[in-house]
Amino acid sequence: MAKLKGAHILIECLKREGVETAFGIPGGVNLPTFDALYQSPIKVILTVHEQGAAHMADGYARASGKVGVCLATSGPGATNLVTGIATAFMDSIPIVAITGQVRTSVIGNDAFQEVDTIGVTRPITKHSYLVKDVRDLARVVREAFYIARTGRPGPVLIDLPVDTTVAETEFVYPEQVSIRGYRVKEAQEPDPRAIERAAEAIAESTKPVIYAGAGVIHAGAAAELAELAHKTKMPVTTSLLGLGGFPETDPLSLGMLGMHGFEYTNYAVAQCDLLIGIGARFDDRVTGKPDEFARNAKKIHVDVDPSSINKTVVVDIPIVGDVKKVLQALNRLVKAPQTREWLKTLDEMRRKYPLVYREKQKVLPQYVIQQISEATKGNAVIATGVGQHQMWAAQFYQFNRPRSLITSGGLGTMGFGLPAAIGAQFGRPGEVVWDIDGDGSFQMTAQELATASHNKLPVKVAIMDNQHHGMVRQWQDLFYQGRHAQSRLNPVDFVKLAEANGCLGIRVSAKDEVRPAIDRAMQTADRPTIIDFLVEETENCWPMIAPGKPHDQMLGTYESLKDEGGTAQHRHLEPDEEAKLSLG
Amino acid sequence: MAEQHTISCLVENHFGVLARMSGLISARGFNIASLTVSTTEDPTISRMTVVVEADAVKLEQVKNQLGRLIDVIDVQELREGQFLDRELLLARVSVNGATRAELLRIAGASGAKVADVNEQTMVIEAAGDTQHIDALIEQLKPHGIKQLVRTGRVALERT
Repeated sequence: MAKLKGAHILIECLKREGVETAFGIPGGVNLPTFDALYQSPIKVILTVHEQGAAHMADGYARASGKVGVCLATSGPGATNLVTGIATAFMDSIPIVAITGQVRTSVIGNDAFQEVDTIGVTRPITKHSYLVKDVRDLARVVREAFYIARTGRPGPVLIDLPVDTTVAETEFVYPEQVSIRGYRVKEAQEPDPRAIERAAEAIAESTKPVIYAGAGVIHAGAAAELAELAHKTKMPVTTSLLGLGGFPETDPLSLGMLGMHGFEYTNYAVAQCDLLIGIGARFDDRVTGKPDEFARNAKKIHVDVDPSSINKTVVVDIPIVGDVKKVLQALNRLVKAPQTREWLKTLDEMRRKYPLVYREKQKVLPQYVIQQISEATKGNAVIATGVGQHQMWAAQFYQFNRPRSLITSGGLGTMGFGLPAAIGAQFGRPGEVVWDIDGDGSFQMTAQELATASHNKLPVKVAIMDNQHHGMVRQWQDLFYQGRHAQSRLNPVDFVKLAEANGCLGIRVSAKDEVRPAIDRAMQTADRPTIIDFLVEETENCWPMIAPGKPHDQMLGTYESLKDEGGTAQHRHLEPDEEAKLSLG
Repeated sequence: MAEQHTISCLVENHFGVLARMSGLISARGFNIASLTVSTTEDPTISRMTVVVEADAVKLEQVKNQLGRLIDVIDVQELREGQFLDRELLLARVSVNGATRAELLRIAGASGAKVADVNEQTMVIEAAGDTQHIDALIEQLKPHGIKQLVRTGRVALERT
């Protein structure tokens, strides 16, 4: 059998994993790898910064459901990936990061561009490999992709010393993966006794709430979740990352819960007698004060990762297993509880406590996001940065399909939006992709406009330009007596920045310009569009559960704001549309 | 005060595994009281016995997270009374004509051996469970312990 160089073995393995697109930057020690990629059918997207490459791989993975791939050279190339890898790790996103490393004989000698990449990334990867022997390479790549996408997905890093990539060996592709320390829960049947207990608890409940997370989306279980909800007439709230796992047009949808969740949704959680967590990890932004979270409720928790169960909130019925399999088993067994009264109560609360925002002089970011939601009919892929605009996107964009929200939930990585949107556009080429961003977040990775422009991507960026780190400013106003320490940003001409990068730039400063600008972006298919929305600078994101407070003690409630002469808006259905849908 | 727990893990016998394990434990601010690693009857598998100071609820989470590591094949907490444990002690103590006989008596009574001896010092070697070793050290202290090393706990489940 002919021998192949390590770099070519890597390419052969990537092709067999179905990799069509990868993101990265070449450098000293990964030149052999890039040279081999250059001669392969795999499209490598040159990014401006390695952080962009990692976020693009992440956005690609979130949007497509496939494993995202990013490449960087040793040392600074690898350390520049770190934020992106950590972002993917916190949100359980399958990416494989391939880093160059100095040759094995000088590892540990402080060689040029040397860093202990495995050591640096150890706590933020699901697993990592330093491949010192080319004969291990095919197995390692095979395992890396397998580990990244199975079980609770996550990033895997492969560190490739340059001598491994030029050394030759026979290429044998391992058809089977066998890792004795890695038993994938999704391959196992869930415990039937736990499923029975869950079905009994559901039948006995009168005020149940399903709390669905990103695990539903990762497992491809949106249909099974919808079946459970419809069969039992149980309402569904989702975490930030769970948005899209259950359509918000569904009358059983309660939208998002948690720190900036809907007021009535948080009341629902505070009052429920059964909480069914499905593929969600009871994050502190969801639970607030953990021992007060759904304090009267019996709790069921379905998760593929046993270490997520009882981590922050102690549950009564833990079910470890693949969310899809558990829901299928539960759907076979479950009987509908009496929820008619409960749904009536929830619907009353929904009408009573809508979201509030007040018309002001300047354009309101909530309005902009609502207009994007309407213009795209809730069918776009939405990436975001982190901050107020992210929460408003969660509140005011109506997410109806899985994989339509691409956002950094766990790590809260500002600067995620633009590169993630670029990755998402590569993953879903025919679809409309928006980055709803803040001016603070956007500037952290704005250099990737060049990547979007060079690739003629029709990505649309809506900057909620309030010239502040808005969420920081909000917290300073709420908890630091209004001292705006370093939260005011220097104004930047984003239209010029767009144009300098070959993008269409539009500035919007009045309400009646909002929709035309959005429509123009929708019609621009040959390059990115950047819309600089000059929005109200001191608008707050309401409602809000202050840190450490329970769900029924929110700030910025409807009651507290309604008398300020504002208008109340709710992103849910129009009354006539609602009438067409029956509520159990 | 956090209690001590003994965790026994079977892990892949290759580089990097110890760093993953200890990194995970230390990232949570748990002190490792002792840790031993060696190969098992299967040379591709090592056994790690870790004695950790942690509260029980947090420890449960750490055990689950250790189990999540790809290189970790099995994790068990060994509970009081359900396992056999031993450590090895080497203690160098001062010795002179007057104390030699007493030190030999102490060693003999606790099943310890004299591993090395010269004019001024004697190295005492002992194996036993933690309490046994602790007790021996207490007896040696009055004679002046110059240097001391113990291996930390190795443990096996009782059958």
